[in-house]
Amino acid sequence: MNQEEVKRLKALARKFRREIVEMVYTAQSGHPGGSLSIIDVLTYLFFHEMEYPVQNRDIFSTDRLVMSKGHATPALYACLAEKGFFPEAELSRFRQIDSILQGHPENEFVPGVDVTTGSLGQGFPQAVGMALGMRLSGSERKVYAILGDGECQEGLIWEAAMSAGHYKTANLTVFVDLNGLQIDGNVKDVMNVNPVPDKFSASHWHVQEINGHDFNEINNAVRAAHKVTDKPSVVIAHTIKGKGVSFMENNYKFHGSPPNDEQYKIAMEELAP
Amino acid sequence: MEKKASRVAYGETLLELGKENPDIVVLDADLSGSTKTSLFAKEFPDRFFDMGIAEQNMITTAAGLATVGKIPFASSFAIFATGRAWEMLRQAVCLGNKNVKIVATHAGLTVGEDGATHQALEDIAVTRVLPNLTVIVPADYYETKSAIRFAAAYQGPVYIRLSRSATPVVFDENYEFTHKKAGILRKGKDVSIFACGVMVAEALQAAVRLEKDGINAEIINVSTLKPLDTETILKSVEKTGCAVTVEEHNIIGGLGSAVAETLSENHPAPLHRMGVIEKFGRSGKADDLLKAYHLTAEDVAKETMSFLKP
Repeated sequence: MNQEEVKRLKALARKFRREIVEMVYTAQSGHPGGSLSIIDVLTYLFFHEMEYPVQNRDIFSTDRLVMSKGHATPALYACLAEKGFFPEAELSRFRQIDSILQGHPENEFVPGVDVTTGSLGQGFPQAVGMALGMRLSGSERKVYAILGDGECQEGLIWEAAMSAGHYKTANLTVFVDLNGLQIDGNVKDVMNVNPVPDKFSASHWHVQEINGHDFNEINNAVRAAHKVTDKPSVVIAHTIKGKGVSFMENNYKFHGSPPNDEQYKIAMEELAP
Repeated sequence: MEKKASRVAYGETLLELGKENPDIVVLDADLSGSTKTSLFAKEFPDRFFDMGIAEQNMITTAAGLATVGKIPFASSFAIFATGRAWEMLRQAVCLGNKNVKIVATHAGLTVGEDGATHQALEDIAVTRVLPNLTVIVPADYYETKSAIRFAAAYQGPVYIRLSRSATPVVFDENYEFTHKKAGILRKGKDVSIFACGVMVAEALQAAVRLEKDGINAEIINVSTLKPLDTETILKSVEKTGCAVTVEEHNIIGGLGSAVAETLSENHPAPLHRMGVIEKFGRSGKADDLLKAYHLTAEDVAKETMSFLKP
């Protein structure tokens, strides 16, 4: 990936970080920390990698992305607005009555969202089902799913991992946003889910580990994942919860809390274009 | 009376549908021999996904398959398909409004020897409460055949409740299931007996016994529990003035509750609910269990009689 492209993606991600903070601040509700940790991966997928058209979204011309860690809606909605699924003005109505932008992703409400997620663990197996169905229909498009590391405490995650490994869904690439924090504190203290990579290896997955904020590493991982033809791929993305906003970084308190007026001001200064 | 199991009708019809529609795919959770999805699996191995003993994963994976244009039929025993995987049914299938068909066998007491752990007596209650979901309890082998065909053609989530045991045949091969329509199987004027599933045959036999005692019972097959045919229910009770409900399910949340809700809001009338009351099931032969839980034709006749003439 050339330096110009990296620069373009970085600028886009920075814009999305401002929108994430703005959405959660305006709604005084939502999940900034895990949105800021995954936004670089999402920016890469939506604006460099995937075929993700607004119209004519048939399975032969459209890749699919499932936000299994559904609480990171601010990150997802910022990308979908940029894609043109709905006007950017709608972002300021996030989580409000009569807005299409529900607190967690719902396919019946939000254009560009294919399945309903937010109850943790449930997005991943739906992505596996999509991968099985698309392969059966002869589509060569890809399916991506985004998981949280806290989310990996759900038993259903490992049922889905087992079945994708069993059915060798090579058209499926999963990112685990390994930011190490969940609502109650450190993932390893609340319920140690580590080692996540070994658990996927044991379920017959192709496993890679990267810095989830480095676009070149993300790009290399996706290129490598697509070369694997007999296994699903997982990319363990080491990330920083709250990345880009100094007082939110590595602070579990900003998993699901909005910034106050003063914090909002500081955050927007730090994220200025 | 000829006896046939509804799960056999499911397996046979699924195989026919598989030949007619390449979009139909089937998922099972290591019970394909029992649910009879094995017939489809043998003919269409590429379109059959054994998900292993992981029902939650089966239901959510089915939602994903529906998202990319497949028509998934997902099967297990009723207690696991609706109980173990209830939240997946709620979030991924019903809130997502996906075109998923959940066909569960081994509902009710007539599971028999496996006992309480495998006898779903709550599945109608926990499915009837879910928006977007159609809930169907076919009365016999032939109604099952027609209901499965309806589900395949219908756009939206459907739950169909089937049994393990061979039970009396009520209809014939010309019968056609009509969505949202309760069927009057026998006209009467003294009492409306509403039944579903394997209890329909018992209710019909009860009507013969009641006739001998001078009671003219109207028998209504309520095979669609949701959306409920309130018009047929109310019309019948407006005529007869009272109602009995019979189901192989807890009396809370199932057919009895559905009829009670309808009557009390629109046409309050005396009602007697028959079913399982504040109990789980237990091991035994299916026929012995129906006797032990007072759900035979004889029990229906006896309880209807004392309800009418206390």
